[in-house]
Amino acid sequence: MSKWHFVTDGFVKNNPTFVLVLGMCPTLATTTSAMNGLEMGLATMFVLILSNIVISLIAPMVPDKVRIPVYITVIATFVTVLQLLMQAFTPSVYETLGLFIPLIVVNCIVLGRAEGFANKHNVGESALDGIGVGLGFTASLTVIGIVREILGSGSLFGWKFIPGDGILAFVMAPGAFLVLGYLMVLFNKYLAKK
Amino acid sequence: MAAASTLKNMAVCLTVVCLICSAVVGAAYAVTADPIAAAAQAKTTASIAAVLPAFDGTPEQGSIQVDGVDYTYYKAADAGYAIISTTSGFGGALTLMVGVENGGTIHNTAVLSHSETPGLGAKCTTDASFIDQFKGFNPAERTLTVKKDGGDLDAITASTITSRAYALAVSNAVAVYHKLTEGGQSNE
Repeated sequence: MSKWHFVTDGFVKNNPTFVLVLGMCPTLATTTSAMNGLEMGLATMFVLILSNIVISLIAPMVPDKVRIPVYITVIATFVTVLQLLMQAFTPSVYETLGLFIPLIVVNCIVLGRAEGFANKHNVGESALDGIGVGLGFTASLTVIGIVREILGSGSLFGWKFIPGDGILAFVMAPGAFLVLGYLMVLFNKYLAKK
Repeated sequence: MAAASTLKNMAVCLTVVCLICSAVVGAAYAVTADPIAAAAQAKTTASIAAVLPAFDGTPEQGSIQVDGVDYTYYKAADAGYAIISTTSGFGGALTLMVGVENGGTIHNTAVLSHSETPGLGAKCTTDASFIDQFKGFNPAERTLTVKKDGGDLDAITASTITSRAYALAVSNAVAVYHKLTEGGQSNE
């Protein structure tokens, strides 16, 4: 059997945002523009893939009762490394996302995949799952960001095509909930049809 | 599949994992420390150049205390002062580099760091209609507060708190400039 489904499952059937409804804090907070959503998604994907790989490798050696602290330590290590790398090489991105980079540690998607998938599967499958779920998260955040940026700022990836301020509510928290809700309806309607 | 949860296993496992993780973080820090410092330095140099008129030579760094707060400034003899000024914004500290020309007119301002809301207060780094108000602003003739507070500045839409913090940071920098140019006579 092809392993491709590990990637597509994470993208569609187990889409972290629209199906599992996990990781809502960065989803709602950082998707004020398409670019922010995309960058946040990629940062999370980086951590997700690496932590999935490492956790699937060490899972057989970790006693059950301490598995959560071990996983969190591994995840926190990757997040710290990511944070340092971003500060060093992409300082402007780091400034935009700020607080939400260290918060990836407590993102339930990352721990959820570690606990729910990586510790029961081999390295290859876990890496594919990390890529799939990471891409799913990135795509979801980017789509939410695109909708909010068009409605809220009249621009797309920073390219302004409607003059003026747009509907400000969509840049703020209420707009995040509205957009997320409607996109969730559309996504699940599409899934139900299949 | 997992190792038995005996006290010894758990202690060994946690110790080993923590040691390896600390080593990884330490290595990452060692590798990135220089680029991070270089990026910060490049940013400072670029901000000084951005907020002051063109000048020759390297600006001279100094620090001064005004109203119990320490300020770092860079003096470029023929251009003016670039003063680093921090106030509280909506999401945390808002740090600006404010360029004051010799004579007291503000040349330009730049945000060094902030924790404002993306899409709202964070516009203080990109919203030209807000930032450009400070270019050539003469605090002797106009008031450095937002219109809501009776001043002459338009606030960023829906980000009054950020705009106020920005204006306050600039006016603090002006106070620093006056203290610097008084030649140290003032000791209140």
